[in-house]
Parts: sequence; C-alpha cells; structure tokens
Amino acid sequence: MILSKGSSHRKISVNIADIVIVIIITLLCLTCILPFVHIAAKSISSNTMVLSKSVYLVPKEVTFSAYLSIFRDGTLTNSMVYTVYMTAIFTVFGMIVTICGAYPTTKKRLKGRNFFTYVMLFTLYFSAGLIPEYLLMKKLGLLNTMWVLVLPLMFSPYNMLIMKSYLQSTIHESLEESAFLDGATDFQILFRIVLPLSKPIIATLSLFYAVGRWNAYADARYYITKRALQPIQLILSNMVLSSSVDAISLHESAEVKSTPEVIQAATIMFATLPIICIYPFIQKYFVKGIMIGAIKG
Amino acid sequence: MATGKAGRTVRKRGILYYLKRDWRLYLLVMVPIACVIIFKYAAYPGLRMAFMDYKPAKGYSGSEWVGFETFRKIFTDADFIRAIKNSIVFNLLDLIVGFPAPIILALLLNELRYPRFKKVSQTILYLPHFLSWVIVASVAYTLLKPETGLVNVWLMNIGVIDKGIPFLTDKLYWAVSYLLIAVWQNMGWGTIIYLAAMTSINVELYESAHLDGANRLQNIWYITLPGIKSTTITLLIMNLGRIMGSNFERLESFGNVQVKEFQYQLAIYIYEKGLAAGNFSRATAVGLFSSLVGLILVILSDRFAKSLGEEGLI
Repeated sequence: MILSKGSSHRKISVNIADIVIVIIITLLCLTCILPFVHIAAKSISSNTMVLSKSVYLVPKEVTFSAYLSIFRDGTLTNSMVYTVYMTAIFTVFGMIVTICGAYPTTKKRLKGRNFFTYVMLFTLYFSAGLIPEYLLMKKLGLLNTMWVLVLPLMFSPYNMLIMKSYLQSTIHESLEESAFLDGATDFQILFRIVLPLSKPIIATLSLFYAVGRWNAYADARYYITKRALQPIQLILSNMVLSSSVDAISLHESAEVKSTPEVIQAATIMFATLPIICIYPFIQKYFVKGIMIGAIKG
Repeated sequence: MATGKAGRTVRKRGILYYLKRDWRLYLLVMVPIACVIIFKYAAYPGLRMAFMDYKPAKGYSGSEWVGFETFRKIFTDADFIRAIKNSIVFNLLDLIVGFPAPIILALLLNELRYPRFKKVSQTILYLPHFLSWVIVASVAYTLLKPETGLVNVWLMNIGVIDKGIPFLTDKLYWAVSYLLIAVWQNMGWGTIIYLAAMTSINVELYESAHLDGANRLQNIWYITLPGIKSTTITLLIMNLGRIMGSNFERLESFGNVQVKEFQYQLAIYIYEKGLAAGNFSRATAVGLFSSLVGLILVILSDRFAKSLGEEGLI
C-alpha cells in the first residue's frame, strides 16, 4: 500500500511546499474535528465549568447528567427509534423501486424503454412546487403519517441513473441474452444473475437512500405536525429554533439539572453521534457511487 | 420460449407480441412509473392554482380564474422582489466562493506525498457532508455565539477583540458565515470528482515534464489543470443551472430575526406565504415561476455544454 500512487515515481525529498501542504490540510481537518470535540467536552462537563467558559476541548468535572435528562425526557430517544425504523423501511422500498426502474430500461430489446426513462427522469428537471405537492399529499391522505416520508421520495431518478450505468458497465448483455435464449425468464435472470452481481452497487445506493433520508427533514416540516411522527432532525430543528439560539427546552418531567448550554451540547451530540460513528465505514461506498454517477455525467 | 428466437426475424411485430414476450419487464418498470405518476405528476394539475384566486374552502371548482393576475401581483410584491434578489445574489456568491474551493483542495491533496496521511485526511474532510443542515447550524451556533461561543471566547482570551463578534446575528457577518459554512461542508466531498479526474491523467506527462525540469506549479498549471478542465466545465455549467434554487433546510436552520433581511429567499417566501399564511395561489405562482426558470436554465446550460464539446447533462 505504501508504494502505491505516483509518489514512488518521484524522488522522495521533503521540501517546504510539502510541509506547507501538510499544514494546510491538517488545519482543515482540525476544523472538521475540533467543533465536535468541543461540543462533546461541553456535554459531559459540569454546569459551573461550562458557565465559567473554561471548557475548551477537554471535559472538566465529568458528569453525564445532561444525557440522563435526555433519556428521562424520552422525546429524542423515541424519535431516534422511530427515525431508524422509518429510514430502514424507506431504504428497502427505495431499492426495490430503483431496481425495478433500472433493470428493464437497460434492456435494448424492451420497446419504449427510452420513453419510460424519460417519464422517470422528467421530475428531476421540473417539480410542481411546495403547495401543489402539499395538496396532493393531503388528497392522498398521507399528511401526518409516516408514509409521507417514505412513498414520495422512494423513487430517486439520480439513484436510478447510477444503478443503470452500473448495470450497463458491469453486466454483459451477452451473458443475459444467452440465459434468455436458453429459456430463462427475466425474473430468473434478475434474481440469479443480475442482483448477485450488483451487490456492491446495492450497498452503495442503500446507503445513499439511508443517509439522505436520515438527514432530510424539510418534507417532515411541511407534512407532519404530530410530534410522535416527526423524525429526529425535525425535533432537533424545533428545539434549536424555538430556543432562540440560547436554550433547548426539555419537558419538565425530565428534571433538568443541567444548564441550557450543556443540554444543548448533549442534544447535538446525541443526534450527531450515530452518523459520526458510522461514516468512516460507509464513506468509501459513497465515493464509489459518486464515481459511477460521474461517468454517466 | 421459442418466441425469443423468433424475435430475430426482420418481420415487423405488433405491440401485443412485445407485451407478451416482455411482460415481466413491463411489470417491473410500471413500479417506478406508478410512483412518479402518483406522487409527482399528479401534483402538476395543482399548478392551475397559480392562475386562480384559490380558496381552500371552495376547492378548484369553486375558485375563480384570474389569468395572470397573481403573477402581476407577485412582481409588484416587495417581499417577492427581495426574496428573488437574495436567492440570486446568494447563489452567485455560493458559486464564486464555493466552486473553486474543492478544486484547490483537490490540487493540494493530489500533491500530498504521504498516502496514509492523504487517506486519513480525506476521510476526515468528508465528515461535514454526512451531517444534516440542522446539525451543522446548531454546531455553528454553539461555536459562534457572541458571549459563550468557543471562537469568540478564544479570540477574546488572546486579546484580538474586546467584544464578541455576532457571527450569526448580524446580517453582514451572517452572510459571510452562511457562505463559508457551506464551503466547509462541501469542500472535502467536492474533491472526489476532481481527484478521480486527476488520477486519469497520464503519468508519463508528469515524467517527461520532470525531465524537462518543470517545477510543481508548472506541473499543476500545464498538466493537472488542463487535465481536469472538462470535469470543471461540466460541473460549473451544472451549478449555473441551479442559480434559482434555494435550500429550505439550510436557510431555515440559519435563520433568526436579526438576519431576516438576507435570509429571506425563495424557499422561505414560498413556505411562509403558502403553508404558513395560506396564500396558496401566490406561493404556487412563485413556485411555478422558479421551476420554469430553473428548467430553462438547465436546458440552456446543457446546450451550452454540448456546444463546447462537453458531455451534456440531459
């Protein structure tokens, strides 16, 4: 691994330019890490230390009382469980629809495949806008249900394009065509040949769907007013906005012993930690997906 | 399945033949088609609200047609003018500040000679991309608060300033923070495409340049940058097509009373006039207008890209 990349071709000699580059990159990396270290430190420090502004990157007088209040309050924990559940359903549905769209439209023998592709992609370039879509959701009876977060977005034209160009570039049409001529049905080809060969792209796109759904909340802001059905990002957004920058309010029964500062830090960490923990492992799939998408243009 | 073989003959087949042969494929493709028809296309008829004086209580049939009256109204509406001005100005600023950042960072990463350091720093630089806007905004609020935020406390401690800077509560500081935070969020992630383009540059070019005595800057200027030119142009044109767009989550989570003047952009206008205030016709008209302009911009930029010999977008 160490010998990889172009560096082995060049003479290794450290000069000023190298040092400057390393310093710049290191500083940029720090801007990505330190904010979270600071907030994490704040969230487990005592009230007095935080109020005296003496907590920078290392927690002082460690206490987990803010997290305990969050768990006792239950709003965020319940919402976390609900959001995981909803995201999982969304991801499964999304992948099914994506495969249903991508597989047939790669078949040259399918009459009308260009028309179908066009119908699916047009929504990328022209949307009806907020109000007509809101009234549509109302008419479909989806307002204030979990499904309004699942169904409208489960078909993603962008993900379908990535899936399609993966299928076109990795699975030889001759392979499928010979199976077809041997009497295999398209379903058999899909399940026995295409899907097993597509595991990497299925993993990548599932993560696209999951992370996208996990982070998005504008649609929930428009369509969902029932607190129990709001995803965690929206709950967090409500807490941050209603607190007018200064305090995050938990329910009285939570017996809050921490100052708003500490509670706010703990709330942010609570909502951020899942992503911070998993993203180092999933980012390579994202990179792969971006590359496949880029080839298509 | 003898029909499969017969499909090779030259004779023209009727639509029933293909339906019978490929019914499984048609069945599959109907799933996403049904999705877009039910959840996207079915909303298009609602656009007629833009040409009506729509009253939710009366529905479509009871509401009056008013032609282009709503459009005439919005173009004399000071709120709309402000929203569209802000949208365009901030999108242009986003482009000016945000577009070159990943290119510069990619050049730096490409020049790094330590593969392991490069890999770790890339992973770290990708982190902000995985966070939602509300998390990014609450982190920013925590760090940038005038009295207690880490940045201001630190600046005061080392004596650069006496009073905390209102990074997110004064409109000019806000504009700068709002732009730079987006740069921070997208910079690392944006390098992926450029780095990919850089790895496809022929290594021999660098080797012969080395023999000719070219230095690093010359390498970058004469080899690397020309090597990523077509990627850059495509991405730039793509971004130009989005100049009317506005991101509700980003605007909402960075919004507060003090910065309303700049934060008031199209997405906020549509949300506040439409869903919050119930002025459906006006919000729909603005939505239709910006969708149409967006569509035209995408088509124009696609044409433009193709005329430059680049791959189009559509």
